[in-house]
Amino acid sequence: MHLAQLNVAHMLAPLDTPQLADFVANLEPVNALSDVAPGFVWRLKGGDLPTDTVKHDYGDELLINFSVWESRETLWNFVYRSPHLPVMKRRREWFARAAVPYTVMWWIPEGHVPTLEEGMGRLGLLRAQGPGPEAFTFKEFYEPDGTLAPA
Amino acid sequence: MESDELDAVSVLNDPLRRKLYRFVAARGREVGRNEAAEALGIQRTLAAFHLDKLADAGLLEADFRRLGDRTGPGSGRPAKVYRRARAERIVSLPPRDYRTLALILAEAVDLLGAEERAEEAARRAGERLARAAFPEDGDGAASGAVAAGGRPASSVGAGVAGGGRVAALLAERGYEPYEEEGRIRLRNCPFHASAERHPLLVCSMNLALCQGVLAALGEPEDAAELDPRPGECCVAISKTNES
Repeated sequence: MHLAQLNVAHMLAPLDTPQLADFVANLEPVNALSDVAPGFVWRLKGGDLPTDTVKHDYGDELLINFSVWESRETLWNFVYRSPHLPVMKRRREWFARAAVPYTVMWWIPEGHVPTLEEGMGRLGLLRAQGPGPEAFTFKEFYEPDGTLAPA
Repeated sequence: MESDELDAVSVLNDPLRRKLYRFVAARGREVGRNEAAEALGIQRTLAAFHLDKLADAGLLEADFRRLGDRTGPGSGRPAKVYRRARAERIVSLPPRDYRTLALILAEAVDLLGAEERAEEAARRAGERLARAAFPEDGDGAASGAVAAGGRPASSVGAGVAGGGRVAALLAERGYEPYEEEGRIRLRNCPFHASAERHPLLVCSMNLALCQGVLAALGEPEDAAELDPRPGECCVAISKTNES
């Protein structure tokens, strides 16, 4: 099984404004980093340019990040144990604090390419029912067999 | 306190065994019996005996690897190798549980959105640590005379690779500093359990703490930066003349 993750963030300003300029400047190096990270399988691209962000119909202020990884550990190491972390540390400069869950994970069969609708559905499930085997988070993580991983 | 925790730690009571444990831990990778024996100047069989005792106690993890370049038939049996076990051993008398409290407080910071305040507090804690370790520094800025003239008067500073006071203090705090390409890297995360649970908050606080240490010792605080990698502390520090 592979691990899919979807992350949504509400931008504080449009992508082409000075407020988001540093975030946009980091898109290319961070995407390049993820694409060669151990365990990286796939990510939804917004276009051919490295700075193209995912296009969607869920509102212009929403920035979406959607990727597939071989395991919890490989995704964790990219998110928290790579140069992605210092960029993420600056998230409050660019994105609004979220009162509801903004990131969700779920297991998919290897080779399956998940759709954005599927991902947003999982996020909706997490928001409606809390973490479970079908939609979960790093903090409350479910194994492929449906058991809750020890904290 | 669990009695098996105490049993595991008591295996370190033997001085030679403790040296072997420290040697393997400081390598930060798998170590073979020969390498450990040579480093400590003891017989291979003696090293093997103690390494296996440490592995039996769960302080080291043992595995088998083919060492060297040869593979296939004729390359010999795989060698037994050891590395420090990831599991924490906590022995506290009387029983104390700061970890649970840290996790609760981290969650409170999260709920309050108080990350910046937490980083400010961590920075002040770093400044206090540095002042306590090097009280002769006064206000911290005019540190050159004491620092340049050899070892500081405090107990901090003995035997750390790279010399300087920053590395010495971080070593005393359990970070296990080592040098790599002109920077101090930190092999151990002293806040590991809470960093696993709240990585962004704890790594940011840890960076602020290290920057507080640098500032109080008169060093440029931006020498410390987040450069995390798997299995180590998230902070790396560019070496200045005396860090």
